[in-house]
Amino acid sequence: SPHFPPLENPGVRALQRQVACEPHRVTPVCWQMRGSRSKALHDRALVNCQYSMATFSTGERKRRPHGDRKSSEMTLHLKQTFEAAILTQLYPRSQIDIYVQILQADGGNYCACVNAATLATIDAGIPMRDYVCASSAGFIEDTPLADLNYVEEAAGGPQVALALLPKSDQIALLEMNSRLHEDHLEQVIEAASKACKDVYAVLDQVVRDHVHEVTTLLGE
Amino acid sequence: MKETPLSNCERRFLLRAIEERKRLDGRQSYDYRNVRISFGADYGCCIVELGRTRVLGQVSCELVSPKLNRATEGILFFNLELSPMAAPAFEPGRQSDLLVKLNRLLERCLRNSKCIDTESLCVVAGVKVWQIRVDLHLLNHDGNIIDAASIAAIVALCHFRRPDVSVQGEEVTLYTPEERDPVPLSIHHMPICVSFAFFQQGTYLLVDPSEREERVMDGLLVIAMNKHREICTIQSSGGIMLLKDQVLRCSKITGVKVAEITELIQKALENDQKVRKEGGKFGFAESIPNQKISAFKMERAPVDTNDVEEQAEEIITKADPPSDVFAKPILRMPGTAQIGEGIENSWGDLEESEREEEEEGNSDDATTPEGQKMETEEINVVSKTKKDDDTIVLSDSEEEEVVILEPEEREKKTRTHTSTKQENSSSKKAFNKKRKKKRATH
Repeated sequence: SPHFPPLENPGVRALQRQVACEPHRVTPVCWQMRGSRSKALHDRALVNCQYSMATFSTGERKRRPHGDRKSSEMTLHLKQTFEAAILTQLYPRSQIDIYVQILQADGGNYCACVNAATLATIDAGIPMRDYVCASSAGFIEDTPLADLNYVEEAAGGPQVALALLPKSDQIALLEMNSRLHEDHLEQVIEAASKACKDVYAVLDQVVRDHVHEVTTLLGE
Repeated sequence: MKETPLSNCERRFLLRAIEERKRLDGRQSYDYRNVRISFGADYGCCIVELGRTRVLGQVSCELVSPKLNRATEGILFFNLELSPMAAPAFEPGRQSDLLVKLNRLLERCLRNSKCIDTESLCVVAGVKVWQIRVDLHLLNHDGNIIDAASIAAIVALCHFRRPDVSVQGEEVTLYTPEERDPVPLSIHHMPICVSFAFFQQGTYLLVDPSEREERVMDGLLVIAMNKHREICTIQSSGGIMLLKDQVLRCSKITGVKVAEITELIQKALENDQKVRKEGGKFGFAESIPNQKISAFKMERAPVDTNDVEEQAEEIITKADPPSDVFAKPILRMPGTAQIGEGIENSWGDLEESEREEEEEGNSDDATTPEGQKMETEEINVVSKTKKDDDTIVLSDSEEEEVVILEPEEREKKTRTHTSTKQENSSSKKAFNKKRKKKRATH
């Protein structure tokens, strides 16, 4: 599984420390459709996701790591996001698996999963339309807040999770919970978009550094 | 039963109609179908009809011990069932994706938005609380399940009455409905979901998609709002790429729609309340007879048919006249007649098919060029024999060994037997080239 070197930027380390999320496995393109051939699509690849939380990831021990409704919903959202972003037309009759496991949950689970899966997909060499960057945002005391942690989420205020393709400003997934007045919606989405673009800057830098390092090592 | 796939014609028709801003049932892009709410005899039971989509909602309550980390709050439980009654494609165990999506959306819309005051459901803190269970069953699927289900859920919750409880010190008394009137739940606000279907990569937008429109849509955006214009849930699905202004525009439309629907709900609840108070008849037995066979009536479709006749006549007069058709049959001999004429065979001599000719044909025929060559050679013989006597040899068997005695000019003006291969007598250049290639390999 791909591991990137620790991030230098301390602000970003705080972001990453919140949810340590390890993409368990992203299989490369040559994954043949075994077994259920009926699921194979004749003109594009099938994107299969699984989201699971380790039992030790939350404050109270989680009894069911996956298979409950929330995990299934997360799985569906991840699948939807990546089906839109990956160029699936290039790999007909194949399947791309993305397994994500949360090791430590401190808010923004879905967003960390999306960011990690983006990095994993890039590392696997699967072509995508653009980076998919995700961030959450909330609205507490008339102020939009970007990237909520567990305490802020548990407070019950409105939360927005946004998955964005930064260059074209296209929203791959938008979900919102709890009550938020319509007039504040724009501010919150703005805050989330800006946070996504910041995440994009970090991800891009990390990828370039990693590629640089790898090519230097190979060159020797 | 596996879902019948949608034919390409239907798909194209629907998309073309949407591009011209027309919908199959005559609605405008932002129109809802008719919403009809009827109540059952019990409190908490209702049927909501959104066009032909029908959802039955039933609320029930029970005294249980609370969750450990929420000792003073009641428990809310939502469940939406999709059974084969709604659509043959809904088999038990087959529709898990859709089921999870709908259930989670309902949960987030109704539970996370705190529309019900769960603190008021507490009887004895840490010991006994009310568990409210909302069961929704889809009775018929004609698109937009989530809207109908959310309306049914909130209407059922508003309609429901729970038994009255009184606590005196250590004693808890639960009154039956006969002793004391049941008490309604305390509901803060009514969140309603509105669905938007996107087509052609987000260019066209429809509110309240019907089942056919759902099949051809690119993606769906669901916004749940209450009448105070507070957004309770937003969910985009289907893998479409949205832009921020699209989302904002949709939220404005949602505000308008939710206001209308909430008004309708209030009216329905008031009507039912009035009927019960006055001692009149209430329940499904009253509201369903309209749909008996003996009392059959069909709703008017909202399609404007006022000047259809004039329009149709206009179209006919403007259209090109149909091409001439040879309808006169020629009787050659008893039992053989000819209707129409074939077109001139433009294959020419296949041996030197260097000429690029306009030919329309398909290489889907399984026969090799050899077979076709034999065909044309056969025609040679046919035309030859035709010249000699007027008997016609009708045979397109490819196994026949046909030898050309003398290559000569062929009269191809009339052919009495048209096989499928010769019908496509004008084939494109590509076909010719392909045949050349095939022959090269032979």
